[in-house]
Order: sequence, then C-alpha cells, then structure tokens
Amino acid sequence: MSSTTGASIVDQARDPLGNNTPQGDRASTGRLGDRLFGGTAKGAGVLVIALVTLTAVFLLSQALPALGKNGANFLTSTEWNVDGSNPRFGIANLLWVTVASSVIAMIIAVPVGVCVALFITQYSPPWLSQPAAGLIDLLAAVPSIVYGIWGAFVFGPHITGLQNVVNTLFGWLPFFGNETGGVSSSGTIFFIGIVLSIMVLPIVTALSREVFAQTPVTHKEGALALGATQWEMIRTAVLPFGKPGVISASMLGLGRALGETVAVLIILSSLANDTKWSWSVFNGGETFASKIANNAAEFDSPQKSGAFIAAGLVLFILTFVVNAIARVVIERRKAFSE
Amino acid sequence: MTVADLTSGSSLSSARQWRPELGLGHRSRAREARNLLARVVMWTAFLIALIPLAWILWTVITRGIGLVLEPVWWNNSQRGITSRMVGGGAAHAIQGTLLMALVTAVMAVPVGVMTAIYLVEYGRGRLAKTVSFMVDILTGIPSIVAALFIYAVWVTTFGLQRVGFAVCLALVMLMIPVIVRSTEEMLKLVPNELREASYALGVPKWKTIAKVVLPTAFSGIVTGILLGLARIMGETAPLLILGPYTANLATNLFGGFMATLPTMINTNRVESLQPAIDRTWASAFTLILVILLLNLAGRLVARTSKVRN
Repeated sequence: MSSTTGASIVDQARDPLGNNTPQGDRASTGRLGDRLFGGTAKGAGVLVIALVTLTAVFLLSQALPALGKNGANFLTSTEWNVDGSNPRFGIANLLWVTVASSVIAMIIAVPVGVCVALFITQYSPPWLSQPAAGLIDLLAAVPSIVYGIWGAFVFGPHITGLQNVVNTLFGWLPFFGNETGGVSSSGTIFFIGIVLSIMVLPIVTALSREVFAQTPVTHKEGALALGATQWEMIRTAVLPFGKPGVISASMLGLGRALGETVAVLIILSSLANDTKWSWSVFNGGETFASKIANNAAEFDSPQKSGAFIAAGLVLFILTFVVNAIARVVIERRKAFSE
Repeated sequence: MTVADLTSGSSLSSARQWRPELGLGHRSRAREARNLLARVVMWTAFLIALIPLAWILWTVITRGIGLVLEPVWWNNSQRGITSRMVGGGAAHAIQGTLLMALVTAVMAVPVGVMTAIYLVEYGRGRLAKTVSFMVDILTGIPSIVAALFIYAVWVTTFGLQRVGFAVCLALVMLMIPVIVRSTEEMLKLVPNELREASYALGVPKWKTIAKVVLPTAFSGIVTGILLGLARIMGETAPLLILGPYTANLATNLFGGFMATLPTMINTNRVESLQPAIDRTWASAFTLILVILLLNLAGRLVARTSKVRN
C-alpha cells in the first residue's frame, strides 16, 4: 500500500486499541509552517474541484435563459436558428454527427490500438519496444490543427476511392447510402471518423500498453507451461487481465473524439441550415465542438452565446459521463487486483 | 497426448498427428498458423499506425521547410503582408505562443504541483478521492468546453474583452491535470525511507516535502511541465473562442489581439493563394518543431531522474 499511495509507514500506525488511526497528518507537527503548507496543498485540491463545479454552474446558468426562449425542442429539433427574437434550435443533428464520427473512430482505433499495445508489450524485440512506444506517443504530440490541415488538403483527396468501395458494398444500409452525393467529397462524417481514429490511437494504446505490461508473469508462464502458443497465452492470460484497462482506454479515447474541435472544424463540411436529414455517414454536418468554434465570431448577444453554451453543456455532460465510466472501470480493476 | 492438447479446444483432430520431435508441447498446424497470423497482425497494426505519423511529418516538413529556413521567418511579423504577397515571418505568432505558454505555466504549475502534493502526502478519505476524480474529469474536458467556461466568466459575466489572458485561463484548466498526474507519479516513486529519515531527524512534514521529497522528484516534475506545455501550445479551440489573430507583434495580454501559431495556421489555411498556403505549412512546421522539442526535452530530463520505477 505504501508504495502505491506514498503514505509513510508512520501514517499507518495503529493506536494501542488496534483501531486504524486517522491517516495522513500524523507526521505534521501542527506548527505554523505545517499548517500553512498543508492548507495550501488542500486549497489547490479544492480549487481543482471548484474548477469543474464552476464549469458546470456557469455553463448551466448561461444556457438556461437561452433555453427558456427556445421555440423548438432542444433535444429533438434539427433546426439551428439563434438570430432574432424567436430563436429555434435543437441538438439532434449535432448529437448524431458527434456520436457517429466518434463511433467510427472507436471502431477503427480500439482494435488497432489494442494490437499496437500487444505488439509493444508482447511481440516487439526488446530493443524496439521503447522506441515503438515513443513513436506512437508522438502521434499524440501532433497538434489537432495539423491533423486538420493534413486531413483536409493531403489525406482527404485519397479517401473518396475507399468511400466509393464502402458505398458500393454496403450502400443498402442507410448509414452508407449516397442520397446526398457525399461519397465523392472528403468532408464527410466517415472521413473525419478515420482522422479521429488516428488522433485517439495513442490514447487507446498508452493505457492498454500499461495494463498489458502488468499481466502477472505467473499467469503468462502458466499458460505457456500448459503448452499454449504465444497467441493462446495472450488470449487466455494477457487479454482477460487487461480487459478493464482496454475498456477504460477506449472510454478516454471516446471522450477525446467527442470533444475534438479544430480537426473536425477544418475537415467536415458544414451543411446549409435547411438540409434534409440523412442517416448517411457520407454526408457533412457539424459536431457540438465544431458548431461552437465555427460560430465563435458571432457571440455578440447573450441569447446567441447562450444557445451555443447550451450545446457546450451537452458536450460537457457527455464527456463527463464517458470519463467517469473510464475512471470507475479502472478503479474497480485496482480494487480487484490488490 | 500432452497437456497442450487438453487445453486447446480445437485440437481433437490434430491429436492424431502426434509428432514427438516437437518436444514438450505438441502443436497442431492450425494452432501454429493462428499463432503466426496473430504475430503478423500485430506487426501490421504497428506499421499501419506509423503511416499517418510519417505521412504528417513528411508533409509538414517538405511543404514548410522552405520558409522556415529563411531568417526572416523567425525575425519578422506579418505586418503589412497580404495573402498574395511573399514574405514576412512568424515572429509575432511564435512570440505570442511562447508568451501565453509561459503565463499559463506560471499559473498552472503551482496549482498542479500542490494538488499532487495534497493527493500523495496529505489527502486521505473522501476529499482526496473527489479531488482525484475531478483531476480525471479535467483531463478529459474538451478544450472547447474549457474555453466556453472562461468565455462565460470573462466575457459574459465580467464584460471583459477577448484577450490573451483569457486564453491563458482556459489553457490553465487543460494544463493542471497533466501536471498533477505526472507529479503524482513521481512523488509516489520517492522512497518512504527518505521521508522517515527526515522525520526521524525532527524535520517537520512541510520541510520534508519541500527539501527532501520535491528535490528527489524534481526532474520528473519538470518532465510533466514540459509535456503539459507541449499539450497546451497546440491547442486551437480556446484561441478561436477567446484569442483573435493579428498580423502584428503584440505583448499585451490584457488588451488588443495577439497572434499565436495555431491561429496563424487557421488564418492562412482558408486562403487559396500560394504565399498564404506556404505560410500555413511553414507555421505548422514551426508549431510541430516547438512541440517536438518540448517533448524531446521532457524525455531527456526524465532520463536524469533520481527515482525510478
């Protein structure tokens, strides 16, 4: 326990009755310096809590007046008209594009990320595993605006071929239809999903790698001693052990994909306000984040900014839930393995 | 028949092909093939993952290096340069990016390090759990949400202008969790014997932390700060909401516009004339260069660490 929490042995001493003493401050002398320092540290912690709480409070307080004047159903309407005295806006479109692009990103990034993490921890020759991990981490260092211009100007033109193939093979599914003629464009939900998958890959890989590396050697040796091949050992020992980590990593990646702004803003072509609804991923649109960023220059009245802040609030709640799930899953694993 | 046959579900047929020359483990062709396939898949996944990295770096370097190699790029601003004119530099954007990063770090580092100290050295019970949870939430908060929050406070509530300092406030929210997590990791690695030796000498807890624990973990904390800086320098969303671009040099964080590399890219990318396109890639190259250097520096500092896992 002391190695993981950093609590000193002093903190864990029991009192004569055998009860656990209140831990933590036993080494403090109660002198002014200690009280000041401890208080400052606690204050910093409380400040972090306050930041998250205030975010929720401020977003909510500015979204509510705008929502009150909203003439349309905020959750189900596809309109977005925030000008004038009768604003009508809803998030159905934004929610669909945000979720669809993130799901596409996860469908690609999770399997590839897990394979890369397995490669780094299990397959790579020892001299390669550190540099390999470093290279994948570099993907996280590339700023999202660079992903944006690379995707829009360099990668994008090559993607229409793949979109044509998917459309020809799976066009009978509503998701891959071409009623809007988007297959020949690179500003599609499909394409931004692919770019997002590259952006979240290092996140998925990093945490998966960490848990895979922690697989108890006894589990692995046990499997090998039973005659398992390397792949069978991974399937029976490494993957089950790492499962919570992979789920957690995927959730963190999903959170990132949901909130990504600039790459989406640059790549995804936004639609005219009265465009017909389509389920196709070969279609443009706007996510919560790109909608807000696209219209940042128009924030001239509380009514307008309130509407966008309401959209931001939904994004905040989405990412909050996703990140909280990630946290809970990994916490339970910790509790289980200790 | 060996144990291996009993453990593999699909080897009933292969059990007949007993080949003692394989030694201890008898492995059917199918299992061997699957093993090989898995190996190939893992290698392929890794190589595929490298393609975008190589492609992006190649694109940015080849398209951006021309301008970046000219001294004027580092010395001049874009003052008076229109999108059809060649020339000018990114000095205003580089200066703005570095200035905002510095101010952000000055605010975020103390809060981040103290929060980590609280979590590792002081915090027990519910408050510490809540703080730790909130740090995770802060890690995952989209930068656009942080920017909206600062907008709601700075512009809507206090009626102030969109200025560089407001951007810094949003960036602080994104930098704090990076610093907390990396500092926390390092503080946990400091051996308890060091703390106990210090206590045994009668040194109070706060002095132990300040004079023994922090210096031991120092290089790790620096690494965290450098990685945190690398993360926030590439952020664009808060700049779009709170920090309008200007072509001129600016040093006032509390008034007027201030250029940064991300907003310089964002301004030039919508132009269709070649000089502006060149500037887009050159500023992207400059930004990646700065961030990669910070990352590299962070990793080098990590190597000098006194405590190891």
